[in-house]
Amino acid sequence: MTETQSLDYDVLVVGAGGAGLRAAIEAAAAGVRVGLVCKSLLGKAHTVMAEGGVAAALAHVDDRDSWRVHFADTMRGGQYVNHPRMAELHAQEAPERVRELETWGALFDRTKDGRILQRNFGGHRYPRLAHVGDRTGLEMIRTLQDHGIHQGIEVHMEVTVVDLLKDGDRIAGCVAYDRDRGRLRVFRAGAVVLATGGIGRAFRITSNSWEYTGDGQSLAYHAGADLLDMEFVQFHPTGMVWPPSVRGILVTEGVRGEGGVLRNSDGKRFMFADIPDNYRGQTADNEEEGWRYCQGDKDARRPPELLTRDHVARCIMREVKAGRGSPHGGVFLDIAWIKARVPNGADHIRRKLPSMYHQFKELAGIDITAVPMEVGPTTHYVMGGIRVDPDTQMSTVAGLFAAGECAAGLHGANRLGGNSLSDLIVFGKRAGEHAARFARENPAPPVDGAQVAAAQQRVLAPFERSVQGENAYAVQHALQDTMQDLVGIVRNEDEMAEALRQIDALKVRADNVGVGGHREYNPGWHTAIDLRNLLTVSEAVTRAALLRRESRGGHFRDDFPDKDKHWGGVNLAIRKGEDGGMVVEERPVVAMTEAQQAIIAEMA
Amino acid sequence: MAQATFQIFRGDSKGGALQTYTTDVGEGMVALDCVHQIQAESAPDLAVRWNCKAGKCGSCSAEVNGRPRLLCMTRMADLPEGEPVRIEPMHTFPLLRDLVTDVSWNYGVKKKIAKFAPRKPDAADGSWRMQQEDIDRVQEFRKCIECYLCQDVCHVLRDHAKHDEFAGPRFFVYTAALEMHPIDTGDRIDAVKDEQNIGYCNITKCCTTVCPEGITITDNAIIPLKERVADKHYDPLLWLARKLGIGDGETGAGA
Amino acid sequence: MATTAVPTDRLRFGRPAGFAQTARRDAWWIEPVLTLVGLGSFVVYATWAALQGKFYYIGNLLSPFYSPEIWGPSPHAMFGPQPAWLPWPSFLPFSAAILVLAIPGNFRLTCYYYRGAYYKAFWADPPACGVGEPARGSYLGERTLPLVMQNVHRYFLYGAILVWFFLVHDVWKAVWFLQADGTEALGLSVGGVVLAVNVVLLWFYCTGCHSLRHLIGGRLKVFSKHPMQHMAWKVVTWLNCRHKLFAWCSLFSVGFSDIYVRLCAMGVWHDLRLFMI
Repeated sequence: MTETQSLDYDVLVVGAGGAGLRAAIEAAAAGVRVGLVCKSLLGKAHTVMAEGGVAAALAHVDDRDSWRVHFADTMRGGQYVNHPRMAELHAQEAPERVRELETWGALFDRTKDGRILQRNFGGHRYPRLAHVGDRTGLEMIRTLQDHGIHQGIEVHMEVTVVDLLKDGDRIAGCVAYDRDRGRLRVFRAGAVVLATGGIGRAFRITSNSWEYTGDGQSLAYHAGADLLDMEFVQFHPTGMVWPPSVRGILVTEGVRGEGGVLRNSDGKRFMFADIPDNYRGQTADNEEEGWRYCQGDKDARRPPELLTRDHVARCIMREVKAGRGSPHGGVFLDIAWIKARVPNGADHIRRKLPSMYHQFKELAGIDITAVPMEVGPTTHYVMGGIRVDPDTQMSTVAGLFAAGECAAGLHGANRLGGNSLSDLIVFGKRAGEHAARFARENPAPPVDGAQVAAAQQRVLAPFERSVQGENAYAVQHALQDTMQDLVGIVRNEDEMAEALRQIDALKVRADNVGVGGHREYNPGWHTAIDLRNLLTVSEAVTRAALLRRESRGGHFRDDFPDKDKHWGGVNLAIRKGEDGGMVVEERPVVAMTEAQQAIIAEMA
Repeated sequence: MAQATFQIFRGDSKGGALQTYTTDVGEGMVALDCVHQIQAESAPDLAVRWNCKAGKCGSCSAEVNGRPRLLCMTRMADLPEGEPVRIEPMHTFPLLRDLVTDVSWNYGVKKKIAKFAPRKPDAADGSWRMQQEDIDRVQEFRKCIECYLCQDVCHVLRDHAKHDEFAGPRFFVYTAALEMHPIDTGDRIDAVKDEQNIGYCNITKCCTTVCPEGITITDNAIIPLKERVADKHYDPLLWLARKLGIGDGETGAGA
Repeated sequence: MATTAVPTDRLRFGRPAGFAQTARRDAWWIEPVLTLVGLGSFVVYATWAALQGKFYYIGNLLSPFYSPEIWGPSPHAMFGPQPAWLPWPSFLPFSAAILVLAIPGNFRLTCYYYRGAYYKAFWADPPACGVGEPARGSYLGERTLPLVMQNVHRYFLYGAILVWFFLVHDVWKAVWFLQADGTEALGLSVGGVVLAVNVVLLWFYCTGCHSLRHLIGGRLKVFSKHPMQHMAWKVVTWLNCRHKLFAWCSLFSVGFSDIYVRLCAMGVWHDLRLFMI
């Protein structure tokens, strides 16, 4: 590659979803030079897909809500392996971050008295999700984008980072290439913020788009940073199951929040049959009470459809496996039934859930105001990611920061709906702020040519093997099958050991991938480059899941179906060993302060 | 499973041709699935931009049988059976490769529009009170996923190439959202007239017909902006009223 | 693998396509052709009818083309026959229509719906969405003269609403019939129905106007402070969504009203009385 472009920033943000944009805005506000790199076009990141809302204890709809309740909900949802400091900061700062969006032009749906309206969501005790119909993520990313473009941030669209550069123990920048022309770019930076999102593409059925190949997690890992909690992958209970081409695309939890119910092929609301003990007190025990809850009755308890995502996903799997599923291998999610309870029901559904109405109408030819949807679990989110300091979001590598889905700690074993969007803006801001401070105190070191050359050699290798090499798509599909079938919703020792063997074999195949053609917008080549990241995060998920011999949150093992006291006290950290192999270590869970414990006790 | 024939444009800014491919079309497949299948089967370097595959991100804009559409929202079952499906890139933007165009011009246009400028918060908690009826109009505009299909179909850009002077439908929607935002204090009407050159629009409503989000671009955004321009620049009575200080202070005309 | 040559210049930035060039496979030309025929025949007929100066009234019926009749030979004339001081070209018969038709005519000419429709049908600019235009020099749009004048649409709206009140008055006159004893009696004839339907359709057309929608409330930033204007805006918005429908229905009804009165006046048919009270 002769034509290499060199760029120089104080802070380089990788990823332009909610977290990346928020980080870039904050860093720019601190007065440093900020570059923002994104894999697709600006404003297309997966944040646009977030539907339900952003969780923040504004207490507009129910004044009993407060950050303390939000904190307790988040910890309980995460099964107490979350980082309590992150959960606390998140609960405290989310309301301010949401109001800030309004000062930048966001328009959330309103209460009668003109404030931001909030809706119910699984695992949140009170109506807490600020929302815009069911397109909250779009509103958020557009607000940040439209604000960000006036802050002096330089945006590099359709650019993929392939390696981080280091200077000794600290970060020095990264090597990237632009997808449209295939030219190499070297970014020198004092601090790098990773905000690359999730790993969904490691699985066959996922709500994630092609971008979510675990880039941030993998880049950090190969740069020597710790990963944490990678075994905790969230399978969203309701993805579309039909038609096949849209399998996995998300059906928002908002459908259930508005009164949608899950039924099996016998027409039975099966969720009532299996309510976990720790949620029994706040879950409705009859259909009438569940409906009143969805209507905003403060004395009613939530319907069991709004239990945590991991639990609902497993209940759906159980119904399907027992032969009580829908024709295409899911269960029925019925919102049309509320027409019997709401005047102008069909209009009401269209107004409350416009994107869902649109999505089913356009993609499946189904009118959700008339017939039930078919839904089933889909890989949605990874709770684990890069281990970061809760206050600064810096990873274990100096100058390398992470925020959003690619960082770990806030969600523990399971994330509550709505806590992702608030995560993005709370910790995106913190990451931007501290990255700017770090870069100012530690100016960018020089770039090491040898590291750049190594990255370049690795990136271009597939062209040398040309079409005689392995097909990148074939390797990717094989990996997705392995992860879906062997490290999916229900896991066990033997299958995961087999998965590790298969991943080892796939690594060899990946090293032999070849592509033909040119470097300009060549999707085969892009897929080949993403393989290393997918394999790294897949191995991390599998190794951690194999070690954790219990079931907790998003991690469920049928050979160890219960929670275990020992494992409840540890997080699993993953790093690259001296020999280049992957090392998994137990770390004690960060203990709660007395004040935090008091909140948990008070809310129990 | 039926077979379908596709004529897909392959080439770059130097030239290109429609290339014919056949692939199996299963139940419920959309055009983007077929393109991906062709990519996996016979054309691994076929360039197509996509992301969410659910009509929410606006990346996979192209022209199917001459109509600007999102590939992910074009169901094969809705296309005429037995006829080859012709897929071309958007015509209005410079071609990068195959189905991918360089849409960066749009980002530059947006940057030139004066940003949101809220008035001082008036509620005790440091925020604002806004009624739902005050934001309904703007929420329609904020559904925009920036697929730029409206820009692609607009003849002012497509046929007359007024990219240097004309903002295009997307950015009238964007500007209208700011102008109708209940707490915004900016006045972009002079810019709408003289920089965005809304006068080039001759209301053919092509933008509205292609909008995958169903935004009524022409009637709800462009024409209200044209009327605001008329208030300020083409209405002698309102001009006189402004000179005499008569008006309710609610619009540019009275302010 | 078969390849088909495609004119790549069409895919390049800023190079216009040839006239009617498109990859569209639907019958895109139907709508502009219908518009051309529909609007074209109306304009031809209306011009012819307005230049006649006769057969525009009979008894209590007055053609809407000729209303309000400021001066003229009919008993509907407000100020009697053509005054001597009013200059009139000798090659034209005196016609009251020419004095007033400019108002509703220009209201339609500058109407946002019609503009889009006739730019396509009459100027092929563009012929249809995504269809190539004929080669021509520069494109000015509505930015400069003459088309910048479209911006005065609201003044033609004011005029059209004024004219509309005269048409309502014509309906009122059309239900009073002169009796043999010289008194007037209330009744209804087919002509009265035709004029009444026309007035209703014209009202729906006028009040669905984009300019009215703006002036009556759309211009506001905050609706909740102005509930009456918000309500009015919502009503106008409902009609505005159907502006095209009422544009065509009222165009047809106004033309038909003239034809109906004209054929009555010419004695081709008689205005059938439905009932008398």
